[in-house]
Amino acid sequence: MSLDEATVARIAHLARIKLDPKDAPALAGDLSRILSFVEQLDAVDTSAVEPMTSPSPQALRWRTDQVSDGRIQDKVLANAPDRVDGFFAVPKVVE
Amino acid sequence: MTALNHLTIAAALDGLAAKDFSAVELATAHVEAMEQAKALNAFITATPDRAIDQAKASDERRAKGEARPLDGIPLAIKDLFCTEGVLTTAASHILDGFVPRYESTVSANLWRDGAVMLGKANLDEFAMGSANITSYYGPVRNPWTRSDDAEAKLVPGGSSGGSATAVAARLALGATGTDTGGSIRQPASFTGIVGMKPTYGRCSRWGIVAFASSLDQAGPMTRTVRDAALMLTAMAGFDPKDSTSIDRPVPDFAAALSGDVRGLKVGIPKEYRVDGMPQAIEDLWARGRAWLEAAGAEVVDITLPHTQYALPTYYIVAPAEASSNLARYDGVRYGLRVPGNSLIEMYENTRGEGFGQEVKRRVMIGTYVLSAGYYDAYYLKAQKVRQLIRDDFDRAFEACDVILTPTAPSGAFALGDKQDDPVAMYLNDVFTVPANLAGLPGISVPAGLDAQGLPLGLQLIGRAFDEETVFRAAGVLEGAAGFDATPSLMV
Repeated sequence: MSLDEATVARIAHLARIKLDPKDAPALAGDLSRILSFVEQLDAVDTSAVEPMTSPSPQALRWRTDQVSDGRIQDKVLANAPDRVDGFFAVPKVVE
Repeated sequence: MTALNHLTIAAALDGLAAKDFSAVELATAHVEAMEQAKALNAFITATPDRAIDQAKASDERRAKGEARPLDGIPLAIKDLFCTEGVLTTAASHILDGFVPRYESTVSANLWRDGAVMLGKANLDEFAMGSANITSYYGPVRNPWTRSDDAEAKLVPGGSSGGSATAVAARLALGATGTDTGGSIRQPASFTGIVGMKPTYGRCSRWGIVAFASSLDQAGPMTRTVRDAALMLTAMAGFDPKDSTSIDRPVPDFAAALSGDVRGLKVGIPKEYRVDGMPQAIEDLWARGRAWLEAAGAEVVDITLPHTQYALPTYYIVAPAEASSNLARYDGVRYGLRVPGNSLIEMYENTRGEGFGQEVKRRVMIGTYVLSAGYYDAYYLKAQKVRQLIRDDFDRAFEACDVILTPTAPSGAFALGDKQDDPVAMYLNDVFTVPANLAGLPGISVPAGLDAQGLPLGLQLIGRAFDEETVFRAAGVLEGAAGFDATPSLMV
């Protein structure tokens, strides 16, 4: 699979990464090389195989549905780049 | 007397118990060594005051007869572990100024057992790399140099390159690492130390900055097998805060070092003989096999037929999980924010400036293989091949108890090599990635030197939750190898 620059720009937008147009050709080359490398897997017959999602031998555990934490608003907000009245603040999203 | 920063953890514990020196003296020796070795760039943040404070508290506990298993042992902590009140960067610009208000479970376990923190070790950005050259805080230098060119700066491997250099250069008695595709074992091999990746689920992932959650596992990096066993015993344990943590007792791993491998079946996988592998590594592998045989183990040829597909599988699964995990770096809750005219623009500006090139590549590959129309062809396919790789190991362990392989296909290379082609860099992990995909424990033991005088490791892979057999065989390998070479830039 060879990716063109338009596809790279689309992936960058999906990944929410601003791409400098001058970096696009090199990145398209790198990503194409990686995809060509992983396409070796096409040679493997997996028709009778279930996908493996985790090496863990256990199903997810259940726990009691009760509050075990909380009242740590200051700690949660301590590293926020911007905060207002106890909330995370972001650029305006609704006109 | 041996300089305090040259002791093993086991010897330091004996010396502390015998009152030959205090924890404060031990910590001070390491703080001074770190000062002298700043040019290696092994640490992103040094915490000398905290080290001395913790050492004082340790001495007080010992005086009262309340010493804990690792009391007074100075360690480096890979800067991927969140440490309460101490800057935690993951070696990324995007975590600028992030000071966690909580402590990772693994580091908390070490402090519970009395260990002392020297600082936060450098690494590849978000643990993505095999040479410690992707750190926002600059590359780490390997303390080993080539016999024919002592000026050439060599990489320590990665991603736990700062941890590896800190231990090899005698700046710390041990260090934590994390291993997603070889990030403990490959740098251990490159720097002549021991690196152990335990079974997936053995150490809690809680509070470790996530890269690929189904592969990430923390482990110890030390100068001896016994020290790795001592450290892992403290690090491991069930943690309800990690849904993949396994609720089973933690053995006293050091007690497994019986030195007896008579009757142990050691598998040699024929698929690990790759084109272009240096003769020194072939020879070392043959020696490792002979050492274990001479100690009474039985060597058996095994096959892991899907080995060649492990790296391509990894380079779909790991970026896919990374693209999801790294979605949290959006300039809202912590770290860097680069303003924009809209929320989306703010996200894009922040991530465009905050992530380095390798992280961007992997997040974008992950985004692509998970995107509509490509999910089945790439991601689902890789998950199926992953199952086949694990089935290979299950079958192999019907015929053997532990598997012996080289750790890496080369010794340490120079800074600047393999940087033009990401795939060439990925090939470093060809022998280590399979154990991550299958969730198995693996250890790298320093076993010899290459033609340039650089260290090479041998890897042992064991059954899930059978670290004890891995440690036992590693102890015998270590004893037979008698590796006592030291790096030229050691303090």
